[in-house]
Amino acid sequence: MEKRVVFRSRWLPYALVAPQLAITTAFFFWPASQALFQSLLLQDPFGTSVQFVGLENFAHLFRDEGYLASFRITVVFSVLVAGIGLSFSLLLAVMADHIVRGALVFRTLLIWPYAVAPAIAGVLWIFLFSPAIGILPYWLAKIGIHWNHLLDSRQAMTLVVIAAVWKQVSYNFLFFLAGLQSIPRSLIEAAAIDGAGPMRRFWTIVFPLLSPTTFFLLVVNIVYAFFDTFGIIDSATQGGPGQSTTVLVYKVFQDGFKGLDLGSSAAQSVILMAIVIGLTVVQFRYIERKVQY
Amino acid sequence: MAEVVLRHVSKSFGKTQVIYDMDLVVADGEFVVIVGPSGCGKSTVLRMIAGLEPVTGGVIEIGGRVVNDVEPKDRNIAMVFQNYALYPHMSVRENMAYGLRIRGMPKAEIAEHVARAAKILELEGLLDRKPRELSGGQRQRVAMGRAIVRDPAAFLFDEPLSNLDAKLRVQMRLEIQKLSRELGTTSLYVTHDQVEAMTLAHRMVVMNAGRVEQIGAPLDVYLRPASAFVAAFIGVPPMNLLAGRVGEGAFTLGNGLVVRLPAGAPRPPFGAEAILGVRPEHLAPVGEAEAALTLTVETIERLGADTLAHGTFDGNPMVVRLPAEATLQPGTRLALGLVPDEIHWFDPQTQKRLDLPGG
Ligand SMILES: Nc1ncnc2c1ncn2[C@@H]1O[C@H](COP(=O)(O)OP(=O)(O)OP(=O)(O)O)[C@@H](O)[C@H]1O
Ligand SMILES: [Mg+2]
Repeated sequence: MEKRVVFRSRWLPYALVAPQLAITTAFFFWPASQALFQSLLLQDPFGTSVQFVGLENFAHLFRDEGYLASFRITVVFSVLVAGIGLSFSLLLAVMADHIVRGALVFRTLLIWPYAVAPAIAGVLWIFLFSPAIGILPYWLAKIGIHWNHLLDSRQAMTLVVIAAVWKQVSYNFLFFLAGLQSIPRSLIEAAAIDGAGPMRRFWTIVFPLLSPTTFFLLVVNIVYAFFDTFGIIDSATQGGPGQSTTVLVYKVFQDGFKGLDLGSSAAQSVILMAIVIGLTVVQFRYIERKVQY
Repeated sequence: MAEVVLRHVSKSFGKTQVIYDMDLVVADGEFVVIVGPSGCGKSTVLRMIAGLEPVTGGVIEIGGRVVNDVEPKDRNIAMVFQNYALYPHMSVRENMAYGLRIRGMPKAEIAEHVARAAKILELEGLLDRKPRELSGGQRQRVAMGRAIVRDPAAFLFDEPLSNLDAKLRVQMRLEIQKLSRELGTTSLYVTHDQVEAMTLAHRMVVMNAGRVEQIGAPLDVYLRPASAFVAAFIGVPPMNLLAGRVGEGAFTLGNGLVVRLPAGAPRPPFGAEAILGVRPEHLAPVGEAEAALTLTVETIERLGADTLAHGTFDGNPMVVRLPAEATLQPGTRLALGLVPDEIHWFDPQTQKRLDLPGG
């Protein structure tokens, strides 16, 4: 059957896609092309002189120890956020899948963090972890841990990872729960009769059957850690202490808006854009085919 | 191998009771079929034996050991599910080896067991396929294979053939029969298909609404149904049941039509209310003079091997099984005779069989 709509008018189809195109152009294509263009230029902080430098901004970045450090920090941060976030969400989803009574309350509570704005998530955790007034440092002090994420870079990283994970747990949880509930009960029962205990059943039956969901969430979480954690980092640590929590997106902002090195900042944006495009391609290429049973 | 025993087993889901005081002994090596209409609790019984549902009351023993609080994995039973429940991410070989691997059997021995089961079930060419690459019949075989490799104390089957088409069902039924004869493992098989029950069972358990109606060898159940329910459930087409009152040499139905009872036929005392049962195959055309009743044929089904004539008698639907070559058409009046030994009586209150002396 012919499913395509055939328009008689020439301009109507264009008119129909125009709003979407306008939005995409204004908020993606235009800034993206600006970034691409800017990344090839060298501009002084006051915008008085502009010079075309080709790929020099990129070359400079990869020689810059600060940028490479930020890359490493981003990798560590993403691995921690995705790893801890996925494991923790999966654990919660498995528990929720077992709960019969009060399941709705449990689920609703778990979905709340997703509705909280990133900056607020950051502020929330700052209050909890504030060295001066926070409740957690007070407790930690009792077990002999001195908490000050303004000074200790590991603790700063811990703080932003916790805040970022907390924010994303709901999303992961929902997908894992849906994934778990789509596994037929009889498979689990068959495994139980075959002699597998709960742990064994989880690792040999449930986990493999969840792999499409896990893979999907892995990509989503990496993208999240790379790009969507700006608000959390900005409100919690501002990339510090030192550069210890300056992930790539944050560095774009710092170098561009604070350092006013627009060329370098634009080049960094372009690199990030390439990464997200790469991840999206991986997502589309593999999600449908590779990760299947 | 082992004996499976249920003593006063009952089961409730919340407030709804679904199994009432069930007693059953499946002897070592015996093949018992539980049959009953949908929702009567057959699967629930099986799942309680497997340990997938806790029992509410009573005791379940497998091989002389009370297993009420034993985990499914420690009951040493194998179960074949209606939807097969094959592990979709594992090959046929891995599906069959799964239980053995968990039990820590050495690799070589596992391969040997799997090869033997595959040979019995003719799965040799399919061992490296995933379940989704198999036909329904092949999946069914793999499910059986997964059960037999483990050499369990007992097999539990929950309607294993109900997802197959009619032809394959007949074929698999014969294979299961052969397999169970060869293996001789204690088996409990659940179905709502009475042909499966009749052909596979050493003994069958007829259930209705959570209660056992009758336990017995298939032919005994067919010949002497313990209740009107069993009479109507076992046998295709089902037994004709007519409710009425016993008179002098006759049985008067609700609307006043009369069935003449042959001399020497057992019958309840004069004046008693009863249900008279007679199988379609035990009604034979006779001369008008000896006829017990006369049925006006409404519908005819020619099955090849025989012919079924349907009609109504005093408002009750009735079926008669006639030879294939019977000449009749809608509207034909059939004078039918009863054989004294082939009349069944049931109590209209309790629905139970009335065992009466000939008279
Ligand atoms: N988990 C459950 N919670 C509540 N009621 C249940 C549950 N499982 C089964 N039942 C009820 O118990 C009764 C028996 O169910 P069961 O599955 O044993 O029937 P069955 O004889 O196997 O039927 P079928 O032939 O359709 O498979 C049904 O009335 C069903 O609604
Ligand atoms: Mg069932």
